[in-house]
Amino acid sequence: MSTASILDIRELSVEIPTESSTLKAVRGISLDLKRGETLGIVGESGSGKSMTALAIMNLLPPSAKRAAACINFDGNNLAQASERQLARDVRGQRIGMIFQEPMTSLNPVYSIGRQLTETMTLHRDVSAATAEARAVHLLEKVGLPDPASRLKQYPHELSGGQRQRVMIAMALMNEPELLIADEPTTALDVTIQAQILHLLRDLQQELGMSMILITHDLGVVSRAADKIAVMYAGDIVETGNTTEVLKDPRHPYTQGLLECVPGYRNGAAQRLGAIPGIVPAMTGTVQGCAFASRCPRAVDLCRTDVPPREAVSPGRYYVCHDPVTHDTAKPLTVETAAHEGAAGPSQLPKPTVLTVEQVSCTFSVRRGLFGKRKPLKALNEVSLSIEKGEILALVGESGCGKTTLSRTIMGLQSPSGGSVILNGQRIEDLPPLQRARMIQPIFQDPYSSLNPRKTIGDIIGKPLAVHRIGTKAEQRAHTHRMMELVGLPARVFNSYPDQLSGGQRQRAAIGRALIMNPEVVICDEPTSALDVSVQAQILNLLLDLRDELDLTYLFVTHNLSVVEHMADRVAVMYLGEIVECGDRDQVMSDPKHPYTRALMDSALSISPGETVPDLGLSGDFPNPINRPSGCSFHPRCPIAEQQCRDKAPASELIDTTLVKCWKAGVSVGRSGNPSINESNNNMEESAP
Amino acid sequence: MLNYVLRRGFMALLVALTVSFGTFALFHFATDPAQTIAGEDAPQEMVDDIREQYGFDRPVSTQYFNWLGGVLRGDFGESFFWKQPVVELIQEHAGVTVMLALASLSVTILIALPLGISAALRPNTWVDRFALSTAVSAQAVPNFWLGLMLIIVFAVTFPIFPVSGDSTWRHFVLPALVLGASSVPAVMRLTRTGLLDVLSSDYIRTARAKGFIGYRLILQQALRNALLPIVSVLAVQLGYKLGGSVVTESVFSMNGLGRLAVESIFNSDIPTVQSLILIFVLTFVLLTLAADLINAWLDPRIRMG
Amino acid sequence: MMTIREAVSGSSIASVEHSDAEQSTVNLGMSPTRAALMRARKHQGLKIALGILLVMAVFAVFAPWLAPHDPYLQTLSLRMLPPVWVEGGQWEYLLGTDHLGRDYLSRIIYGARISMTIGIGAASIGALIGVTLGLLAGYFGGWLDQAVNFLVTCQLAVPSLLLIMALVFVIGQSITVVIFVIGATHWVFYLVVTRFATLRLRELDFVAAASAMGCSRFQIAVREVLPNLVNQIMVIFTLEVAVAILNEATLSFLGLGIPSPTPSWGLMIAEGKTAMFFQPWLVILPGVSLFILVIAVNLLGDGVRDVTVTNRRN
Repeated sequence: MSTASILDIRELSVEIPTESSTLKAVRGISLDLKRGETLGIVGESGSGKSMTALAIMNLLPPSAKRAAACINFDGNNLAQASERQLARDVRGQRIGMIFQEPMTSLNPVYSIGRQLTETMTLHRDVSAATAEARAVHLLEKVGLPDPASRLKQYPHELSGGQRQRVMIAMALMNEPELLIADEPTTALDVTIQAQILHLLRDLQQELGMSMILITHDLGVVSRAADKIAVMYAGDIVETGNTTEVLKDPRHPYTQGLLECVPGYRNGAAQRLGAIPGIVPAMTGTVQGCAFASRCPRAVDLCRTDVPPREAVSPGRYYVCHDPVTHDTAKPLTVETAAHEGAAGPSQLPKPTVLTVEQVSCTFSVRRGLFGKRKPLKALNEVSLSIEKGEILALVGESGCGKTTLSRTIMGLQSPSGGSVILNGQRIEDLPPLQRARMIQPIFQDPYSSLNPRKTIGDIIGKPLAVHRIGTKAEQRAHTHRMMELVGLPARVFNSYPDQLSGGQRQRAAIGRALIMNPEVVICDEPTSALDVSVQAQILNLLLDLRDELDLTYLFVTHNLSVVEHMADRVAVMYLGEIVECGDRDQVMSDPKHPYTRALMDSALSISPGETVPDLGLSGDFPNPINRPSGCSFHPRCPIAEQQCRDKAPASELIDTTLVKCWKAGVSVGRSGNPSINESNNNMEESAP
Repeated sequence: MLNYVLRRGFMALLVALTVSFGTFALFHFATDPAQTIAGEDAPQEMVDDIREQYGFDRPVSTQYFNWLGGVLRGDFGESFFWKQPVVELIQEHAGVTVMLALASLSVTILIALPLGISAALRPNTWVDRFALSTAVSAQAVPNFWLGLMLIIVFAVTFPIFPVSGDSTWRHFVLPALVLGASSVPAVMRLTRTGLLDVLSSDYIRTARAKGFIGYRLILQQALRNALLPIVSVLAVQLGYKLGGSVVTESVFSMNGLGRLAVESIFNSDIPTVQSLILIFVLTFVLLTLAADLINAWLDPRIRMG
Repeated sequence: MMTIREAVSGSSIASVEHSDAEQSTVNLGMSPTRAALMRARKHQGLKIALGILLVMAVFAVFAPWLAPHDPYLQTLSLRMLPPVWVEGGQWEYLLGTDHLGRDYLSRIIYGARISMTIGIGAASIGALIGVTLGLLAGYFGGWLDQAVNFLVTCQLAVPSLLLIMALVFVIGQSITVVIFVIGATHWVFYLVVTRFATLRLRELDFVAAASAMGCSRFQIAVREVLPNLVNQIMVIFTLEVAVAILNEATLSFLGLGIPSPTPSWGLMIAEGKTAMFFQPWLVILPGVSLFILVIAVNLLGDGVRDVTVTNRRN
């Protein structure tokens, strides 16, 4: 603690007036950041973490009101500084900032070069050539190939990952002393996320910058931050050294969050801890502890008195009347025994319900308004099969074709080659109504999957109405039973989706999918739009329902900790092909394909003290319109050889895992992923 | 880029031809041009003679393509009513309309852009409310009535500007005000919402985080994006104004293309009507094409497609 | 020609969309209808507009009972009477009489009838054409979309007033013809907004969910997509009512709209024009009536747009 503070925030509040009341987005928080240190601010949506980030340089939306005792940045009080002073001396000059949305955060009508150099020429009296040289230097540093020619490019010519690299370079143009990164990798794929975080860490150490990293992802913060501040409902409920806080959480909310994350503090196929309810909107006066309504440990005092700040050690405190201590540290939720049924070792061979045979799907895409049509191979001879009662996880990054595959399996997209066979029948041959009784989807975004003009009861019961099953009264009764099953209170029957929280909406979507009692459910990223505590509730529900209703899931996701928690088998997709498919533990702990290996390494499980690994992958996900020759992964593959560039590999079976790689047998040292290795439980191979 | 221009040009031509053929067919089926030329009370033989002489008994498409062939040689046919070449008629009337269109567009720009921009810069203040109420009122005033009111005021109370005719620049002041005011709501609202959208965008937040502020933020970061919709809407408005300001021209008794069009409709003067429509439509599609090209120049996303 | 269509009707699309985003955080715990009513109760402009329109509608509907005189009755001895507050005015004829000695107040009351009938009639016809085409083009896409696009471009390229005049001239002057012609030339705005919204809605997962449960494309378009367009269509409807009212007045003013002696405000202005330097009220009164009606309709449209925003996450 000998080094001086670079940023010292005291009693920062942000209020946003709404139509009827005032939202207290940030409620009097205090933060302290030393030179060269990284502070991670973690919280779920609505916790006020982004508002905190924006408030430091007063970049809040115009309606928001900021108040602070002081925002001391290297001796200057930013709370007192005028807008003009902030713009001239601080923004972009001494404090750089990176935002969440790389796709929209760069100005579309100006070249990359202009946007980089103007950051420098605005603040310093330097020549255009100097600024350009600095821009090229930084672009090279952030890992963009051929940096000089990038200057002439426009944002729309770059991928999301590349744009985020440009954003980082832009923030570093004037060698800021502090970098504020607001969810810098949330919009990016996992492998890109790992690359960007790795880059940020390197740059920070090299330049001696301090950094504030805002994220909802505990895995990210555990590996990238020295210090952590957990925010809930506009307040910091616990802060301190990352390792200490994550290993020994004191606040029940911190503990609850950690238990919600699959793979941390719980093995595979167990129930996740879950925090009931949702983050309350902080309007009006807040009585007592904001977390009291969701807290299992809450006592009467919590509902009446604001809890005090209890210091544990210098720089570490929590805000709670009844903290978790070592002797009372028991899990928040009742932990059920490991899953029974299909999740456990299955002795009897089960029938295959769904087979995907050599399915290809080619779209013809036009570039621009009048460009030439080009074929886009979204799926390239994909084969899969799912057994009754099994959960098959389909993993891959955006653009890999997993959504096309799930649409094809549901019969919403006709394949250009191959066939999907459901219970022995080709899916194209099934009439839509019959198909609908056998296979149903659950979508990613519960805000778009429910019709905003229909009531919840209508939405869940709609399949019954479409299929004309039962009388109106029977349909109603059945809908009510389904609502109970998915954990929706009966009173929301007549509510509209707008009136429900994200988690409740997803429950409604699940209810609608299951009301016809389908055999196969396609879950397309069902939790990636949800906060981690809600994600846990939904994952638990899906596992319970699987056991209760004997369902089969195809679980499409990019989140590897969810895969580890849910799946029996895993299929990894890259550029429209399945590159590896096999038993979960086999694939996750001993990946054969170099892409799977990179993917596993990029999964940032919560492990304080660990750093973000270097994946050794080069470049970004390629545009599927220009498929690379040979093995489609070769341009990014660290172990590619001439053979890989020339000829596409065929699938071969290695240790019960199907792999598509010329060098699958070759083992390469990889930076381990302890949490995945740890979780090797008593699962045995299930016959493919 | 060249490909883009060619395709857009082709589309523009196709639209112009479709519309002018539609007009042609409408008048040929709905009115009897031979009767029109001969006059109401002409004997049947005379009408039949004229029908044969002008070729009105031939299929509509044949007649249309004959006419179109003439147009390509610069011959728009002869007016049934005024008994003189349509080209001459158009030449006589076009000057007034072009003058009026340009003058009124300037009025629109001078009122709408400053209002729209200041409203967007200070949303929900009195400036914004003033701009919005101007738009709402201007939208509700009948154009011809506004003209009459101005005439009453300037003819009776303050006789500064002449109230009818088109011989000097002073004759254009009141018509330009009336016609200009009619486009103010659309342009003002689009400027306001366009600029508001840009100002609330992520990239403007980025620019602020880089240290941009004040006029630099607006001019160097927001202006170009905000211009895109304004260019389009101005092209459309100019196109409409060049398409003959029927109402304004008749209220102020100006001899422009709009009045010519109305009179030729009243007199079933098919050659004049179809020539005017063809010219109006071509002007409109070419102007909007020009706007798209300007936007392509401003925005790399359109340019590179 | 996307940009052209955006430019033509873009301002209102943009504002429809914009207010969606602005108020996306309100309305937790209320049904959309109730939330809209709650906001309506607080909306000044909407209340004023509704008040004006209600009064005008009452006069329009009950004109035969509320008008003090027969609007067609000519009393040549009482020509050009000024309104009662001007010297020479009579209490018998509150707003004076016109050049044929007809009671001006009664003619203005009957004129409200004509304006409202034509406004609502024409806007409904436009809505029918525009929404149908927009839904088809947006939902089914492909060649249908391209054909509709071409039609829109053609419609936009013709000066609309000239087209209306030509059609009315060719078909013949009557109220019905005016309604149909104005309606048939004012569907583009509906189409553009409907098509755009449909294109966006089509990509949402609830459409995919409906097709996964076996609904046909037609069922989805009508039962899932259309209900989500109602708010926006309502807003455009009011704006188009205002446009149609002004169009009818202009047509009648130019002598190609409602045939004389029917009391249309536009026609009354045209008839009063010759005497406007001496009896300006002949022009001012119907003009002011038009202005008040149109501004009320526009305020209603803006108000409806402000209060019916659905709580959509963007």
